[in-house]
Order: sequence, then structure tokens, then C-alpha cells
Amino acid sequence: MTKTVVIDPVTRIEGHAKISIFLDDAGEVEDARFHVVEYRGFEKFCEGRPFTEMAGITARICGICPVSHLLAAAKTGDKILAVKIPAAAEKLRRLMNLGQITQSHALSFFHLSSPDFLLGWETDAAKRNVFGLIEANPDLARAGIRLRQFGQTIIEKLGARKIHAAWTVPGGVRSPLSEEGRDWIRDRLPESFATLETALGLFKGMLDDALKTEVEVFGDFPSLFMGLVGKDGVWEHYDGTLRFTDSEGNIVADGLSEDNYRDFIGESVEKWSYLKFPYYKPLGYPDGIYRVGPLARVNICSGFGTPKADRELQEFRDRAGGVATSSFFYHYARLLEILACLERIEGLMDDPDLLSSRVRSTGGVNQLNAVGVSEAPRGTLFHHYQVDENGLLEKVNLIVATGNNNLAMNKTVTQIAQHYIHGSEIPEAMLNRVEHGIRCYDPCLSCSTHAAGQMPLHLQLIAPDRTIIDEKWRN
Amino acid sequence: MSVCTLTIDGKDVAIEAGATLLDAAKEAGIEIPRLCYLEGLSSVGACRLCMVELAGTNKLFPACVTAVAEGMEVRTQSPKLQNYRRMTVELLFAEGNHVCAVCVANGNCELQDVAIAVGMDHSRFTYQFPTRSIDISHPKFGIDRNRCILCTRCVRVCDEIEGAHVWDVANRGENCEIVAGLDRPWGEVSACTSCGKCVDACPTGSIFRKGETTGEKARDREKLEFLAQARQQHEWVR
Repeated sequence: MTKTVVIDPVTRIEGHAKISIFLDDAGEVEDARFHVVEYRGFEKFCEGRPFTEMAGITARICGICPVSHLLAAAKTGDKILAVKIPAAAEKLRRLMNLGQITQSHALSFFHLSSPDFLLGWETDAAKRNVFGLIEANPDLARAGIRLRQFGQTIIEKLGARKIHAAWTVPGGVRSPLSEEGRDWIRDRLPESFATLETALGLFKGMLDDALKTEVEVFGDFPSLFMGLVGKDGVWEHYDGTLRFTDSEGNIVADGLSEDNYRDFIGESVEKWSYLKFPYYKPLGYPDGIYRVGPLARVNICSGFGTPKADRELQEFRDRAGGVATSSFFYHYARLLEILACLERIEGLMDDPDLLSSRVRSTGGVNQLNAVGVSEAPRGTLFHHYQVDENGLLEKVNLIVATGNNNLAMNKTVTQIAQHYIHGSEIPEAMLNRVEHGIRCYDPCLSCSTHAAGQMPLHLQLIAPDRTIIDEKWRN
Repeated sequence: MSVCTLTIDGKDVAIEAGATLLDAAKEAGIEIPRLCYLEGLSSVGACRLCMVELAGTNKLFPACVTAVAEGMEVRTQSPKLQNYRRMTVELLFAEGNHVCAVCVANGNCELQDVAIAVGMDHSRFTYQFPTRSIDISHPKFGIDRNRCILCTRCVRVCDEIEGAHVWDVANRGENCEIVAGLDRPWGEVSACTSCGKCVDACPTGSIFRKGETTGEKARDREKLEFLAQARQQHEWVR
């Protein structure tokens, strides 16, 4: 008899989700699905609000990556105003995003994911978390927590609070960095570099040996990769143009503008998840599967443009054999990105613009339709607003980083389940590996479930013996 | 000028006849919460937060519109008053759409201050989530009726100080709302002089300067006080 194994909730991710694993008569995995079971609805209830409020409102989507929404909303607002923001404002926004990527990646690596591979997949589930890590390796845990604190404090030094700092505004930012803030950041950089180097050394050492299987089965499949790149294809996190590459490293599309995102990104929905399924339009659904986030950004770029990160990128590519197609490499890519962020933060420290008071351009409503894009820690984030001539929002569309990875996450859990699960006896550690497939992407589900009105609903009435008595579909 | 003597919370106060209980409390250094009252404007007793108890009657009296009388014994604090004030503020929150986290007045809002002062940590009443409009057709300012508590300060400041009378109260009951120019988009009302006094008078984030984002609303309340005093004293230099 067929059987469904449900992992509910998926732990150590941001948001609420469950995984269903479908077994056939022989107990082999037929399919697996990653269901996002929460609903936020920001796209709908932002309608009617002034566009100037969007940074403040959408930042509230998430406590982990509010900066991503602050930036995308402010950039969309810049376009509605049709103003060029002061150079200082752009540098300050970049600094905040670098702090944000650092803190979010540190959280993903040290707090959420590393307990699995540093403590071991078989460790007691009650200890397989950051507290277990503190017990087993207090120095590393402390360093990881302080690295996250470094990123969080950069956000606070700029926006006066660590989370939900409504500091970016259409036209720029509210205030510059103080000298005291700049000095604090500069003083903490050496420690942050040292922590990162320790973590990189540790992780690379495990890739050769202890984590070899994980690299092979945690979402190793061909797909497209999408992200922003800067001039000459350099790694980018704030502006630039969009690039798609394939698993061989060929550029599929380049120089794309976010303004035309509907030409190359389609959004599909499935009955069993609140999360939309974006796909690369020219290849159709679901063949247009693409990945975003650290792995994609590292794969699509020509280099980081900073010496330490570029050295590590070379080694990364040597280890991956060119393009990294395994989603387990997301962790590795995350560490590389933290290194690149630290180097870029260091590079900004001597820039006098950071202390400039000319940080905000003003203007009226000059464009009624605008798309803003930024690279969130988890990948490319789009905000699309349509406003009336006074600036009240008529339509809002958010394509959130985690959504972009939806197809890939489903494929990853299926691949892991098929590798580890055979028969009806399923050890907990195997299920943990399936969950970890999701953790590789560091998804933020609370960020990503906003579409309203088009969500189909599937209702099942299930008897105690698990037979389905009745079911209804609402399309 | 005749003088009345009375006690407020046991404190002896002497004040000119015709003054209100709120004036007397101020004289005695006693703070009474209020939202619709604004110095320099006529009082309307709309918000019911300044209700006080008078010895000899079970009725409650709004301090902003009750004249002092000789020998009055006034109580501004009692469990009954605290309960009513908290209930009043809870009703204000339940009746509108007040989302402090993303409001322009967050951290600089009299409704928020009063809620803290009366010890409100949540509303016991069912939130109504009314559908209310936002008008940002004016080139400089906007009104978000979701955040309006119908204190009518804007109506009075525009009429009594600026003399433009742009604002009025329209409709009844739950449909009651502040309208500009007999219910036209604010930007089309030629009577508006764009002076911004309504922005300064508004206790919440309902009337704001366009472009202000979360927590950015600033008020020049001293300007209103100056204008009110200047008219009385004929001194027009601030």
C-alpha cells in the first residue's frame, strides 16, 4: 500500500512549511513535495496605501531580512519619483545590504545549518541546534553569533535599529553614518575576517571527506541560475543587470532589466502550496527551473572584485569542477559571500561620502509603474508597483527570493528522499537530511507568500485508516 | 474679575470664574488626559477622555467644557475614571485602523501616548477594520482616514485660526469622517491655503506631510500656541 511520510514542521528555517514524501507499494520514494503552509498577503493589503510607505510596510514582512525589502521598496520608489539618488545614499544603502547579507548568512550557517554537519546528522534532535553547538564548540558558536551581531550592528548604526529600520526612503536614505558608527565597524572587521576564515577552513575540510555524499545528493541537478551582476559581470548585490546562466556556465541571457521581468519570469501556482513557482519563461513551466541566492550569484559572476574572495572563488570553482550544481554548495557560497561583504565593507570605510548629509532626493509622482530589484541574502527580490497619479498603490507584485527557488527546493527534497529513504522504516536522521535539503536554500517563507485571489485550494477528508473519503478542489 | 475656589484631587485651586476645569487642573499642575482639546482652539468635548468626577453627583463631566464653580470638589483619578478612560482609548483603536508599526506618527503620536498613559496593552473590543479612504491629492499634504479619531482639531484650527474652513465632519455613526471642501479631493479645494496647521494640530498620523515615512511626522505645535497667544496679545513676532 502506498504511504505518505510527512515532516511537519520543517525546523530551523524561517517560516512554516511541511514536506510530504510519497512512497510507492515497494516503499520507494515516488515523489516529495515541499508545502509552504502560511499565508501573508502583503500584495493585497498594500493596495491603496501611498507608495512612500512601502519600505516601512514591506520591511515588516520579515525580521531576518527586512533590509532586502527596504531596498527593493526604496528603489521602486526612486523610480516612481524618477530621481537620481545622491551618491552617498547609494553607498549607504550598499553598506546596509552588506551588513544584512553578512548577518543573514551567519545566521543560516552557524545557527541553523551547521548543527547538522558539525554535530552530525544522527545527533539527538533536541541538541541539534545552536545550543548544542555552544555546548560542543563554544568558541566557534560564540564567533558565529558575534559575526551575526557585526552585521546586525551595521544595520543599527545606519538605521537606528537592528530590525525594521525604516531608514531607506524613496529618493535615498534618512541619515548618514556617524563617525562613531564607522569607527565601530572598522574596529570589528579583523575579528569578523578571522571568524570567517575559521568557518571556511572547517567547512572545506569536511567537503573532501565527511560531506562528500551530501554534495552528491543534496540537490545536485542541472538548472539555470539567476542573479544581478555588475559591470563586466562582477558579483553584485544592490544594482546592475540580471543574468541567467546554465549548468555549464553558458550565459543564457544577460543585461536584462528588472523593468521587463515579466518577459522572462513567469509565475505558476500549485494546489498544494502557498508559495508561487516562478520559472524562466522562454523554457516554460516547469522546465524553466532556476536557482537564485548565494549559489547562483557565485556561479553567474565573473568574480567578486576583491582579492580574498576571488582567491576563494577560484578554489570553489576548482572543487565544484566549474559551475557548482549541488545545492549543498549554497553553504559554501554563503561563506564566500560573507568574505566578499567584509572586504567591500572594509573598502567603504575610508569613503567620506558615508558621512555626507546629502542623502535624500525629493520629487513628486513622475512614473506610475515601476519595478525595483535587489539581491536579498536568499536571492533576487522584485517589487513591482503601479500607482495612481497621486501615488496611491493600485497594484503590488512581489517576487521574493525564496519563491524563485521553489521548483529547485522541491527537486532537492525529492532527490534526497529518493537517496536515503527505502522501505517503511525511516530513521529520524534520514528525515533530518530531507529537511536539510530545504535549509541549504535558507528559505524565508514568511517573506514569500503574498499572492491573493488566485490561490487554488485542495481539501481532503481523510479517515483514520488514511483513506481519502472525499476531496474538493477550488480553482 | 471674580475668582472661584475649588479643590482638585484635594488640592486647593483659585482661578477666575468662567475658566474650565481643565484650566484649573493645569493651574494646579494636574495632568488630565485628552485628545480633542488643543490650547487656542474652542473646546468640543468630543473625545471624552478628560471626564472627571464632581462631589455630590454620580454624573461624569468633561473637564475641557465644564466651567469651574465655587466650592467644587473635583476628582481626576479614580478606578472608575481609569476604567472609562482605558475603555475609551480601546474603542478608538478598535474603531479605526491604527497600525503604529508603519504609521508616520509612530513614536510621536498623542493617541499612542494616551494609550500608554491609561495602561492600555490591548483592546478588549472587536476590531472593526473599517474601509476608509486616503486622500493624497494635495501637493503637500495627505489625509489617511484610517488613522483619524474624529477629534475635529483640524476642522477647528482651519476655521478658527487660519480662517479657511476647509474641513468639515460628514456623515453619521460609523460612516462619520473628516472631509475637505464639502467632500471633494483635498487637492481641488481652492479654500486651502496649504498652511499646514491641520498637520500640526492632528494628534495622530492622520494628516501628514506627503513623503513622510514611518515615524517621520514632526509637528510644529509651538507655532499653533504662538498664533493663539499672538492674537490675544497682538504680538506677532515669534
